Amino acid sequence: MTQFNTYETVIGLEVHVELHTASKIFCGCSTSFGAPPNTHTCPICLGHPGVLPVLNRQAVDYAMKAAMALNCTVADVSKFDRKNYFYPDSPKAYQISQFDQPIGENGWIDIEVNGETKRIGITRLHLEEDAGKLTHVEGGFASLVDFNRVGTPLIEIVSEPDLRSPEETKAYLEKLRAIMQYCDVSDVKMEEGSLRCDANVSLRPWGQEKLGTRAELKNMNSFRGVQRGLEYEQLRQADILDANGTVVQETRRWDDAQGKTFAMRGKEESHDYRYFPDPDLVRLFIDSEWKERVRASIPELPDARQARYSAEYGLPAYDAAVITSSKKLADFFEESLVYTKDAKAVANWIMGDLLAYLNQNNKEIDAVSITGQGLGEMIGLLEKGTISGKIAKTVFKEMLESGKLPQQIVEEQGLVQISDEGAIKGIVEKVVAANPQSVEDYRAGKEKAIGFLVGQVMKESRGKANPGLANKLLVDYLNA
Amino acid sequence: MALFDMRLQDLHNELASGKLSAAELTEASYKRIAETDERIGAFLTLNEEGARARAAELDRSGAEKGLLHAMPAGIKDNIVTKGLRTTCASQFLTNYNPIYDATAAGKLNAAGAVTIGKLNMDEFAMGGSNENSSFRPVRNPWNTDYVPGGSSGGSAAAVAAGQVYFALGSDTGGSIRQPASYCGVVGLKPTYGLVSRFGLVAFASSLDAIGPLTKNVEDSAYVLQAIAGHDGMDSTSAEVAIPDYVSSLTGDVAGMHIGVPKEYMGQGIDPKVKESVLAALKVFESLGATWEEVSLPHTEYAVAAYYLLASSEASSNLARFDGVRYGVRADNPDNLLDLYRKSRSQGFGQEVKRRIMLGTYALSSGYYDAYYLKAQKVRTLIKRDFDQAFEKFDLLLGPTAPTPAFRIGEQIGDPLTMYLNDIVTIPVSLAGVPAISVPCGFVDGLPVGLQLIGKAFDEATVLRAAHAYEQNTDHHKARPQL
Repeated sequence: MTQFNTYETVIGLEVHVELHTASKIFCGCSTSFGAPPNTHTCPICLGHPGVLPVLNRQAVDYAMKAAMALNCTVADVSKFDRKNYFYPDSPKAYQISQFDQPIGENGWIDIEVNGETKRIGITRLHLEEDAGKLTHVEGGFASLVDFNRVGTPLIEIVSEPDLRSPEETKAYLEKLRAIMQYCDVSDVKMEEGSLRCDANVSLRPWGQEKLGTRAELKNMNSFRGVQRGLEYEQLRQADILDANGTVVQETRRWDDAQGKTFAMRGKEESHDYRYFPDPDLVRLFIDSEWKERVRASIPELPDARQARYSAEYGLPAYDAAVITSSKKLADFFEESLVYTKDAKAVANWIMGDLLAYLNQNNKEIDAVSITGQGLGEMIGLLEKGTISGKIAKTVFKEMLESGKLPQQIVEEQGLVQISDEGAIKGIVEKVVAANPQSVEDYRAGKEKAIGFLVGQVMKESRGKANPGLANKLLVDYLNA
Repeated sequence: MALFDMRLQDLHNELASGKLSAAELTEASYKRIAETDERIGAFLTLNEEGARARAAELDRSGAEKGLLHAMPAGIKDNIVTKGLRTTCASQFLTNYNPIYDATAAGKLNAAGAVTIGKLNMDEFAMGGSNENSSFRPVRNPWNTDYVPGGSSGGSAAAVAAGQVYFALGSDTGGSIRQPASYCGVVGLKPTYGLVSRFGLVAFASSLDAIGPLTKNVEDSAYVLQAIAGHDGMDSTSAEVAIPDYVSSLTGDVAGMHIGVPKEYMGQGIDPKVKESVLAALKVFESLGATWEEVSLPHTEYAVAAYYLLASSEASSNLARFDGVRYGVRADNPDNLLDLYRKSRSQGFGQEVKRRIMLGTYALSSGYYDAYYLKAQKVRTLIKRDFDQAFEKFDLLLGPTAPTPAFRIGEQIGDPLTMYLNDIVTIPVSLAGVPAISVPCGFVDGLPVGLQLIGKAFDEATVLRAAHAYEQNTDHHKARPQL
């Protein structure tokens, strides 16, 4: 690890985000995920002879919205170009993309790493069409192609080489994902491919201004993969430099199973895409009225929400950042607050039990049944003393799984806390009688013994005794 | 008088009164094809079963009949027709049956026309002689030793030979007008964007235009009426009001001011062709029009700019023919790259390969600015030439081609000479404006065409002038002896 004292890592990202328009970018086919192969196709997206593209305006709106949310300048005039290359996933043998007049340019987002805020520049954001999906048959005798995905609108977001570590890269990707979620332009699921990321990585000696030779990393299909891939590549390049070797400019493929990157193609093998303006499409003129209409549709973004949570609810910056990192989580937080005033308690439950459960089960909030109402009302029951903190944990788990409201769970399972002094007193007497040694210890001044005795009371009541009351009655009883 | 020599209105009246049926018209077409097409070679695919069924259906139908109702139509083989083989005269597509109809083909169907078959052409519309068909050349009905012109040679020859009532062609740099000129028929290239390109297999997307080939100007107006108009499937299709073209055929050209580009009457133009054009000007004078010479100074750069731009676009447009999804796939490829290489080497003919190479080169990194971008700038200057001329003139007039048709085989080894046959049609294509070729005489027994060029979307004036000229001459009435 001494290498990191020697070299500075420089990372730039190219992120592709699938826009969740109902139909494809240049034809009327559906974009929904998971349909049987080649069922969402037509002569246009199959690239049959004679077909022509017609631009989906919704895709332009979404791209503009994303560009604005990333603080880009939106072009007054934009156009589409053809990127020519042969591959079976590209039925026209060219991809309609944007070369020199992208929708958005010169943006930025702020990320937070180790408590410090850093601004990452965004070079450009452009609109293009997705390719189909190839599956290579085992044994290598054939490849199958599914054109359902071909023509799905994509935005490509190119960052400046402003990232300095895998951690910063992860923070940048997470922020980018959150912003896209807030804007509601994409599902941004790396596992389904609606968020994809290539990284340019290079190393240079600390203090050197000139960038080192970069490798372009592909095929990192998860957040974890991005981080691991970058960590591996950092070490690989540092080893080469340490040995006075030269890093080769090339495209490298991350192999998640092997935990390594492998060379795909070198610089001299890189394509000449022969970009030229697509004569089938007309220039896009974006007037201020159009821009204003799109701008008005942008909701409160994560940074603003985070600031508001700190100001309005007094949440610690860290809690506010975690909760607002996912729009669904933040929405859940706010929904809970309709049912309780205790924002800190809601935040604690989210940061604690909820996130632990989600992380453990590798799920997102929308994949579990709990509602904001459930959490809010449960906190209400705690405040009223209807349930104990211990019971609340049981109720919370049940809400995650069944989505039932806490009142119903408490009633169904008889989980109401016992706060009746007479009933608890009976249990206290029983416990004292059964544990003479602990009683003696307590009386001899060992304060700790009270904890054991309270535990016994709780156990005897099957968790339902009000713990504060049990403690008080025990102390009263022993001191009497 | 042969059925197809009758005026459309007269034929229509016969049909309406029940004296003539769609079935009879269809049979007349196939009979004439059977008699003549062995010598002409205009058709690549006949739609006999489909056309007969369609004619029978039309005869049964009680719906209101438009003027194109039951008219036998030939369609150039680069306009896709659902379920009817469309090859672009390329071996690559011998097995291609489209799964949809081109907008223009669909509109003809809706107007009641009967698709007789698909017409021969230069492969992928690249060529000016029809010798580049990868199936067989088309021969000129006026003299079968001569080319019919191209690339819509099959369309022009089929109309000239009376095999169909009318035909659709496509024009990228002269591909409707030049064969119309060589075959003595009327060929109209509409303004770019007036007729939808959806379903026209793209050669050069920024230049391609579908238009009619007919025996007279009136028919041209009728067919244009049927196929013109905005199409939501084509982003480059213009949203303009479509006038009633036929009602613009008033015969009145008095006061019309005509410009004659001196570059179209100078070097390289056959003196006899020039004579025919000058004679045509006399006709216009006698009808009260005036004319004077005008200069389109960038004309000399047009051919070079055209071959760079059209080939660049073609190199990309034709990339989809890779043997993977449709068309003929080469046998036993070693790997993916080999599959592409073999399929494309076997599938494309010489001229198509030449243009793909040229276009690929012009778009390559390091050459783009010097070729493609420079050619775009030239195109802008050429457009400006026309804009300036049209500030002063209602119409421009010149020959359609520098010479009449040439002998088959005469120029095939000399692409540059071949390219210069388009010297007076290409600038018009680059400017995107409409132009018509109408018969204006004969040189050594071969037809010569007069080209009338109009302002963008002013087909009405072009048709009016062409019609007035035609009504006062007899050239269009001549028929080849077959």
